[in-house]
Amino acid sequence: MRKPQLEHRHSPVPYISYVIGFVLSVIATLMAYWLVVADIFSGNQAVIIILSIAVVQLIVQLVFFLHIGRGSRWKLATFILAIIFVVMLVAGTIWIMNNLDYNMMNMSPDQMTEYMEHNEGI
Amino acid sequence: MTSDLQSFLFGRLTWADFVHDPVMAASGGIMVVGLLGIIIGLTYFKKWKWLWKNWLTALDPKKIGIMYLIVSGIMLLRGFMDAVMVRFQQATNDSLGVLSSDHFQQIFSAHGSIMIFFVAMGVIAGLFNLIVPQQIGSRDVAFPFLNSVSFWLFVAGMIIINAPLVVGEFSNAGWLAYPPLSGLEYNPGTGVDYWIWSLQVAGIGSLLTGINFFVTILTMRAPGMNMMKMPIFVWSVLGSTALIMVVFPILTATLAMLSLDRLIDTNFFTTGGGGNPMLYINLIWAWGHPEVYILVLPAFGVFSEVVATFSKKRLFGYASMVWALMAITVLSFTVWLHHFFTMGAGADVNTFFGIMTMIIAIPTGVKVFNWIFTMYKGRVTFATPMLWFMGFVVTFTIGGLTGVMMSVPAADFQFHNSLFLVAHFHNMIIGGVLFGVFSAFSYWFPKFTGFRLNERLGRYAFWCWLIGFIVAFVPLYILGFMGAVRRLDHYDPSMGWQGLFIVAGIGVMLIGVGVVFQIVQVIVSIKQRHQNRVGNDPWDGRTLEWLTASPPAEYNFATIPTVSTRDAFWEMKKTHTLPKDTDVEAIWLPKNSANGVVIGIASLAFGLGVVWHIWWVVVISLIIAIIAIIVKLTDDHPDRQLSAKTVARMAHEYTLKENHG
Amino acid sequence: MSRAEEEHAIVQRKSLGFWIYLMTDCLLFASLFATFAALRNNTFGGPSGADLFDMQFVLIETMVLLTSSFTIGMAVLGASRGYKKQALIWLIATFVLGAIFLAMELFEFHALVEEGNGWQRSAFLSSYFTLVATHGLHIAVGLLWIIVVTIRLWRFKFKHTDLHRLSLLGLFWHFLDIIWIFIFSFVYLIGGMS
Repeated sequence: MRKPQLEHRHSPVPYISYVIGFVLSVIATLMAYWLVVADIFSGNQAVIIILSIAVVQLIVQLVFFLHIGRGSRWKLATFILAIIFVVMLVAGTIWIMNNLDYNMMNMSPDQMTEYMEHNEGI
Repeated sequence: MTSDLQSFLFGRLTWADFVHDPVMAASGGIMVVGLLGIIIGLTYFKKWKWLWKNWLTALDPKKIGIMYLIVSGIMLLRGFMDAVMVRFQQATNDSLGVLSSDHFQQIFSAHGSIMIFFVAMGVIAGLFNLIVPQQIGSRDVAFPFLNSVSFWLFVAGMIIINAPLVVGEFSNAGWLAYPPLSGLEYNPGTGVDYWIWSLQVAGIGSLLTGINFFVTILTMRAPGMNMMKMPIFVWSVLGSTALIMVVFPILTATLAMLSLDRLIDTNFFTTGGGGNPMLYINLIWAWGHPEVYILVLPAFGVFSEVVATFSKKRLFGYASMVWALMAITVLSFTVWLHHFFTMGAGADVNTFFGIMTMIIAIPTGVKVFNWIFTMYKGRVTFATPMLWFMGFVVTFTIGGLTGVMMSVPAADFQFHNSLFLVAHFHNMIIGGVLFGVFSAFSYWFPKFTGFRLNERLGRYAFWCWLIGFIVAFVPLYILGFMGAVRRLDHYDPSMGWQGLFIVAGIGVMLIGVGVVFQIVQVIVSIKQRHQNRVGNDPWDGRTLEWLTASPPAEYNFATIPTVSTRDAFWEMKKTHTLPKDTDVEAIWLPKNSANGVVIGIASLAFGLGVVWHIWWVVVISLIIAIIAIIVKLTDDHPDRQLSAKTVARMAHEYTLKENHG
Repeated sequence: MSRAEEEHAIVQRKSLGFWIYLMTDCLLFASLFATFAALRNNTFGGPSGADLFDMQFVLIETMVLLTSSFTIGMAVLGASRGYKKQALIWLIATFVLGAIFLAMELFEFHALVEEGNGWQRSAFLSSYFTLVATHGLHIAVGLLWIIVVTIRLWRFKFKHTDLHRLSLLGLFWHFLDIIWIFIFSFVYLIGGMS
């Protein structure tokens, strides 16, 4: 009879896994740091590049420190699901919060006050 | 006592905080008298040790489930009294001047908070505990100690939210406490703090329950029960717990930030300092919308079980039911802005969330059709559980339609925060969640007690609830159309609304009669229990819980059954392959643990300490909780053994009881 | 199922349950990240990240934490292979590095508060302090956990249950370093750009 899915035994993790993970993470960290401190990119470009480096380091640590993919398949599945919800929450919040002054015609409160005083005699 | 010493020992608590206006004092008095009655009763009948050993420190999910239901039932009465007061105020249009405006605000805030967190969440936790292990052929949940902690955190939160009846005041900011009203500037008193910490403590309990049952379902199913052979109720719990795990951390973080604003002057949601109250609304609804699906999915699961059993036919479209449940689970996380369409967002954002809200109605519709198709050409009997289902189909469908109406952002500018909205969500929660709970109660009551509920009284209760609900809430839909907003403690008499409010008040009284019938039903059924004894399978059921004795043995199954189809128990009956408890092995069950109670008490002290700014209590209770956790988590012998001989003897006794009544 | 098989299943369940708890912690941090993203420019006339963050200091902090994630990996491996002394040394190293990280963070907070840029100053600072301090609180819990595990390793027989708890601690610690990647990237690097 098929038992419910449990983690299957895997061979012990080699030490080198942590060494590789550590070295790659250090490189990624230094790279991101240098890119910002040396002002190589700016604005949206910088954000995307730093985000990408962060994601790369995330995957490195997931694989080499957390050994995701080995062992129970539920770990990878729940992780992906969690990330999906994380992205929905963070992206949704940013999108919504930026949009809440839509009817303010992209003005700051001070600008809007000036506009109303000037144009509508208020 | 010097005032320095006094403020250190007691924070901002003073004698004045115990003084309340007459109505609140009376409510608090009733609660205290009730508590004293219980304490005196337990002492007089010398039942403390029995209570402690058999219930309070028990880790058996069946016991924990029953305790959840009892606490939730009592909270239902409290929340219902709050509702009666609201209806009374609005039906009389404050002409009697019994409730002050401030008191009224506290009443509807308490009503909503208690109903959602301490009735609905408690009841579904109770259902999870009682039903899931048996339906998957298991003896226990994945983390029995965590289960106990969850329950005691629930109780701690319950005590915190009822404390304002006696000391201090409750929040006047509604069940979601929007800032800036809930911020320090406009609400410096204890009200909002009570609300925050009650929910924070109970919320952690809920999160742990979610993790517990999710892991239980994934890893503790009987041999042969792959995911597509699980009962649909179990699938619905999987969806509900997945949502709990995803969204309760959002609630925790948001409540924490609001409390930081109130305690240490941060500026998350303030009107100055760069704060943004809309951020609170965004986050709280990112939790709040999935929350209502957390509540309703198990109700859907219950109905799937009830409809199949009482149609004597397997559920129509199992695969599409699973798909619908999973779709609803994921989609429920994509609609939350519909709670604040009117609060500034532009057309593109509103449109996206409006469309997603409409889409989520589709899988729900699939489920309704599947239930109806299950009944078609089945041999349907309308026992009380099935009556609740029929009531659900009618009311929930109508409520769902009003939801689709409001999902159109332009239309929502008319409906938002009107009584139309209030009627809609009560429609969904009462017609959906509560009717599902009542159906579950009457369906599974015999399993846990060994005798039936009185059918006639059950029918009376149902009709009172159904008709009472319609009479109470249809006027609110109409009033909403006429422009009446929510949370009014009085209105201009020339609006012509009072007639409808009076009708709504009558509806609530009819519901009250229904509640009385339910209470009487339980009392009468207990009195008549010897005439109404049942065996393990009173309804000719389809799923594994009907295999166990009524009430079940502590270990549920002497031998874990092996399963090969859906509706495993039905299959076993048809093919005469019911398992026999011949070769039983030793069984390990968790020992009792007082640590759950300790953690609950520590959390209660922590919450109350923060509310009243009594910092030494906060620190000490935190330390005690941490020690209790470390002690339990480093315990290497949490289980006790029932020897094979003991199990064989118990199994034999249960068989004797079955055969001889 | 024999008792041994059952105990193995229990251990697997605990690993899965703890992993899932870590996933819920991701959502907790996600809420705080979302808040930071929404409030990052609400400086209320006060300083922004670019004005406040000492990049070198933060880089050192990050390296310290990263190294501690490495050392705890070594500790878990050593213990699982039965090398008690090795495991103890790596555990103590992790504790020291974690404590240094926390001390650096508290130093940073103290400096900010002293110069009047505490959490009350603006919504930006409120969200900065809360996000970073929540991570720090988790680290503090981790340090307490290291103490408990180290004591048990040192004084009691280090049973398979303790090994398992150590492996969960390892998961917890690695997870905290992963969260820090995003704090470092979004709060300090991106937030610190002018």
